[in-house]
This record gives sequence, C-alpha cells and structure tokens, in this order.
Amino acid sequence: MTTPLIDVEHLTMRFGGLMAVDDVSFTAQPRAITAIIGPNGAGKTTVFNCITGFYKPTIGRLTLRGGGGEFLLERMRGHEIGQRAKVARTFQNIRLFPGMTVLENLMVAQHNRLMRASGWSVLGLLGFASFRRAEAAAVELARLWLERIGLVADADRPAGELPYGAQRRLEIARAMCTEPALLCLDEPAAGLNPRESAELNQLLVSIRDRDGIGVLLIEHDMSVVMNISDHIVVLDYGRKIAEGDPGAVRSDPAVIRAYLGTDDEAIDG
Amino acid sequence: MGPRLPLMLKDAGLTAFVAAALGIFIVGFRTVDVSGKGLSFDYHLADLAVAVAVIFVGRLGLSLASHGLRWPAIALGAIMIVAGASPMELPSGFLHWFVALGGVLLVIRAIWPWASEAVTAAAHTPSGTALGKAGARWLGWLLLAGAVLMPFTPIADQKTMDLGVLILTYVMLGWGLNIVVGLAGLLDLGYVAFYAVGAYSYALLSTQQGLGFWSVLPLAGMVAALFGVLLGFPVLRLRGDYLAIVTLGFGEIIRLILLNWFDLTNGPAGIGSIPGPTLFGAVFAETAPAGKQTVSEMLGIPFSGNHRLIYLYYIILVLALITNLFTQRMRRLPVGRAWEALREDETACQALGINPTNTKLTAFAIGAMFAGFAGSFFAAKQRFISPESFVFIESAIILAIVVLGGMGSQIGVVLAAVLLIGLPEWFRDLGNYRMLAFGLAMVLIMVFRPRGLIAHREPSIRLHPAGSGGGG
Repeated sequence: MTTPLIDVEHLTMRFGGLMAVDDVSFTAQPRAITAIIGPNGAGKTTVFNCITGFYKPTIGRLTLRGGGGEFLLERMRGHEIGQRAKVARTFQNIRLFPGMTVLENLMVAQHNRLMRASGWSVLGLLGFASFRRAEAAAVELARLWLERIGLVADADRPAGELPYGAQRRLEIARAMCTEPALLCLDEPAAGLNPRESAELNQLLVSIRDRDGIGVLLIEHDMSVVMNISDHIVVLDYGRKIAEGDPGAVRSDPAVIRAYLGTDDEAIDG
Repeated sequence: MGPRLPLMLKDAGLTAFVAAALGIFIVGFRTVDVSGKGLSFDYHLADLAVAVAVIFVGRLGLSLASHGLRWPAIALGAIMIVAGASPMELPSGFLHWFVALGGVLLVIRAIWPWASEAVTAAAHTPSGTALGKAGARWLGWLLLAGAVLMPFTPIADQKTMDLGVLILTYVMLGWGLNIVVGLAGLLDLGYVAFYAVGAYSYALLSTQQGLGFWSVLPLAGMVAALFGVLLGFPVLRLRGDYLAIVTLGFGEIIRLILLNWFDLTNGPAGIGSIPGPTLFGAVFAETAPAGKQTVSEMLGIPFSGNHRLIYLYYIILVLALITNLFTQRMRRLPVGRAWEALREDETACQALGINPTNTKLTAFAIGAMFAGFAGSFFAAKQRFISPESFVFIESAIILAIVVLGGMGSQIGVVLAAVLLIGLPEWFRDLGNYRMLAFGLAMVLIMVFRPRGLIAHREPSIRLHPAGSGGGG
C-alpha cells in the first residue's frame, strides 16, 4: 500500500456536551476517491471542517502528505491549510463570489501564486512583464477548467447568474484552480438532476485519473458514491461504523442498520 | 374621469386639511421676543395658506397621474412651476422654491411611466446598448476635461473655485473610502479619523518643525496608513455591524485625543497659521516672508488672490486622480480581486488559502493613506484646523457619497459628491431648509436607485473582449 495522502487519527470534536465526531480514524489515498457517508447529523461535515481548518479538533491528528511535504493540519491556521498544505474544498451550500464573473472566481482561486508573481502588488502596479506573463498563464489555466466544465461562453457573466448545476461545477473548478493536493467536496451532487449527476461523476473521475488528485467526498446520492468511490467510510452518530470498498460497505449489516433502522426482532431480542 | 373626480377632490381636501392641522402649530405662528414686553405671537398664516394650497393641488395632481390622466396632471404641475417662478408677491423666498419644486415633482411623476418605458425600450435596442456603454466610457473623460478647464472658464469666480476644491476633496475621500467599503466591504464609520491624522501630521510638522507641504505629504499618508494598521490589526477579525461600531468608536477616540491632548494639539483652540503649499519654493502671498519669494515675483505676473485658489484646485485634482488611478489599477491586481472576493464571501476566501487579515489590512491601510493625503491638503488649504472639522457627520457624509454613488463605482462617487456637497452649497438660499433638501435627495436616490447612482460593475478581467456577446 502506498503512503496515504491524508491520515486522520483519533479525530474527536466536541461542542459543549455534544460529541459531534468521536474517535474517528481513516486514511485517504492519493489518486483515489474516498467517500464519507452516513445519515444526517452523523458528523461528516464536521470532519471536513476539521480537515480544512474551519474547526480546531478537540483531540486527534490530521497528517497530510502532499507534494509540498508533510503537514499537521490541526496545528495550522485556517487559510494556511489552503495556501501551504494545498487542501481545497467546496461547500454544501454553494459559496461562490456571486457578484464577480466566472473568470474572476477562478482568478481569485490562484491568488497566492499571482500575489507572489505581482511582487505583493509592487511589480504589478509598475506593470512588470513577469507579472503579465503569470497573469496570462493564470487565465489560461482558468480557460482550461472552463472548457472542462463547459462554461467558456459564460466566462464574463456574474457567477451568481449561472444556473444551479453550473454553479456546482464552477465551485469544483475554482477549488481545482488552487492546484490542490487534496480536494474535499461537500455534497457536490445535492440538487442535481440525474443527467447532471452523471456529468459530475465523469468530472470527478477525470480529476482522479487525469489530474491525479486525491478526492474526499461527502455525498448522499448513492448513484455517485457507489459508482466512483474507491473507498467508503461510514459514520453514524459521530463514530465510524464501517469502512471498505463499495461492495463491502453495501452489504455491511451495521451500515444497513444505520440507514434502514433495526428490525423489531432485534429490539425485542 | 367623471365619477372619480369628486373622490379625488375629497381626498385632496382631506390631505390639505391634515396638512393645515399639523402645519398651524409648526408654520402658522411662532413666538418672538418683543424687547422688554416678553413673548408675543408672530403669525405666518399666509405662508400656511400657500403651503396648504400647494399640497391640495399637488395631491390632486398625484391622484390624476396615478389614474393615468397624465395631461391634467402635467398641466397642474406646469401651473405650479409658473406660479413658483413668477415674481408674484409671496411671504418668503422659500415658498417660491416650495411651489416650483412641487410642480417639478408632479410633472416628473406624471411623465415617469412614459419616460421609464421609453428609456427601457431604447436601452434594449443594439444602438441604445452601444450608446449606454459609450456614454459610461466618455462620461468620465468629459467630467475630467470639465474639471481641468474649469478655472479658465468665466464661471470660475472665487465662490465656484472654493466649491470646486471642496467637492474634489470629498471626491478624493470618497474614492479612498471606496477601497475600504466599496471594494473590501468593510463598513468603516470612522474614516474621518485618518483624515484628521493626516491634517494634524501636516499642521504639527509644518508649524513646529518648519517642514514644507510637499515633504510632509507622503509622511502624512504613511502616518495615517500606520494608524490604519494599528486600528485594523485587532479589529478586522470582526465582521459587519461589529466592525462598524468599533470604527465609529475609533473615530471618536481620535477626536477626543485631539481635543484633550492640549500640549500637542492645542486642544479645542486648534492650530493656526499653517503654511500653504509652495510652488518650487515660492509662496502664494502679496509680500514674501524673509528669505522667500512670492509666486507672482517668480513668474513676473501681477499678484492676484485667485492664484492660490487655482493652485490648490489643481493640487487636489491631481491628488484625487492619483487616488482614482491607483484604485483602478489595484482592482485589476490579485490583491484587488481578493478585496472584492472578501466582500462577497469571507469563508470561501479562507478555503481558497487567502489570508483574510492581511488582505483586509492592506485595504484599510491604503484607504487610510489616501485620507491622510487629503487631510494634509485640507490643513494646507484651511491654514487653521481644530477638532471641530473632524466630527462624525463628516464620516457619515463620505460614507453617504460612497453608498449613494453605487458601492465600488468610481464615477458614481463623483456624481454623488457633486450632488451631496455641491447642491447644498448652491442651495444656501434655502437657509435652514437646505438639510431638508439634502435628506429629500438621499431618500429619492434610494427609492429610485436602491443600489446607488451607478450600480454597474465592470469585470476586472475578461476572457472574451467586451461587447462580443457571451452573456449580458
């Protein structure tokens, strides 16, 4: 087995008296799609928020081994996780910059690279050619992603005007424009129709196979999860109840119990 | 029309009655102090009668207009305008304005549906769209040409020039605050504090250290930017309303320090005899102080008090233009896009690896720096400053300019500054009713243009050249 991309060990998150995540450990491999599933309130998004620095875990260690080296995510400040450890994410309720254009959204994602190229704005203000080249390269990367999600024609429209499915795809493209080591997607198929979710499957598979990026996925839509995941982690009430490939998870009795409930005999007995 | 007319008359009569009942105590009579005999009443019943008549006619006209009877409404409005503009004997000058403005509003109301329909239809034709875009592009250049040539036109008497300098100062402050509020979305209610820091930096350094305007100008900007960072560092983690309250408090703290640190700032008495800006070391005065040269001597032209004003006018014009160019340029750089992204969604910015604190700090510091420049210009122009000049209402006016102009719009700031600073000065004849007109203008703008005078946002970068389709 290769070294995992992210190693989550004994992750625990407590909000006052509520144990949102309780001693969860799992790993995600590079060039693989790892899905986290579970009923509502199982703690999936809390795990995400710990990995991406929006919450500080109560207990636990989160080790990311990306191209840039090894990072202990639980010790880093929120924006550093995106900036240095190269973890990108999308949100359950889409968070684009609605008043800015589609292209601008993708340019903002390349902020840190462009800031360095613009000499923290000094060279950029003076109009240095090196900055103009870096900006042209950034536009080129953005155009590449717009082609992959089919939004080239809409590049100069405000992102908030796009239809819902296009906004979902744009948010994934924006996360990819940060050139991440790990891409975390929080329910990317929510609200998509079957055709759009099939397109999403293709996009995620191409991100794994073509770009070689590790994907961490929270999803309720089983047509997405079962078709494309390499590894599935199942949470219920903040605990990990099962783990394995799609076939194994599907037939796991603990998973069936969590999703469908326990039958009467089991309660009586 | 027949059966509805009595109803409209009844409605207008009722409105007039309410106005009369309310107005009789406010407008109808006043107590005046008759020397030695105590108070007595001064009756203004004629004023009241005119006002009530205007309200009756105006209400009737509005009812007619809202029932689609445009021509009668326009006729009533025209009669009111003529009556207001006529040399007819009315008890006060204000009533002329009242009658005429009432008529203008009535006419506008009557033709509003037509006008808005026609404008919308015209804007949707291809030539209309092109015209709108060209207009937006050329409006800025036209305004600039007008501003550059203004001192050479016959209208440039001392009053107009003074007003021009005042408006340009607010345009510059508006552009500076636009970086903080319009682009970065940080609601700053204490912007005038940085203006004060700039003004006192120049006043103190020039009167105590003998430094000149041009050497202090960059220093004043830097000091103000430093204050921006000092304030910003602890408070920029706050969002929205909380940030607004803290900046409001900061503005008051600076004012109170200026008021109470007597040894440094001379307290409420202020700092006087601040030297004005020099031109290549020459001063603007009739007779030069020892060891200096006057500008009229240097250029060999006869002395005129206007030269100083024209010079000040061009200084603030150039300073304001620098602010504008700098902002336009920053908007197209990564940091400018990050400001706008922060305004739109701070959480998403953090997820993209953007450091929110640093990004906000740069916006805050740069905004403060331009306020510092404007402040030291203000001190050099006034030659006397005191804490009185840096009260909260100044922050509020600058903020109103930014918001009414359309958040983030550079041209909008100019239009709003002309409207909010220029109009009240031109309407000084209205006396105390000036602020009423000011408030009315603000309410009207917010009703008809809730997103500001110019709500259009030009993208900072395009994939397809402008106007080649690809969406609206």
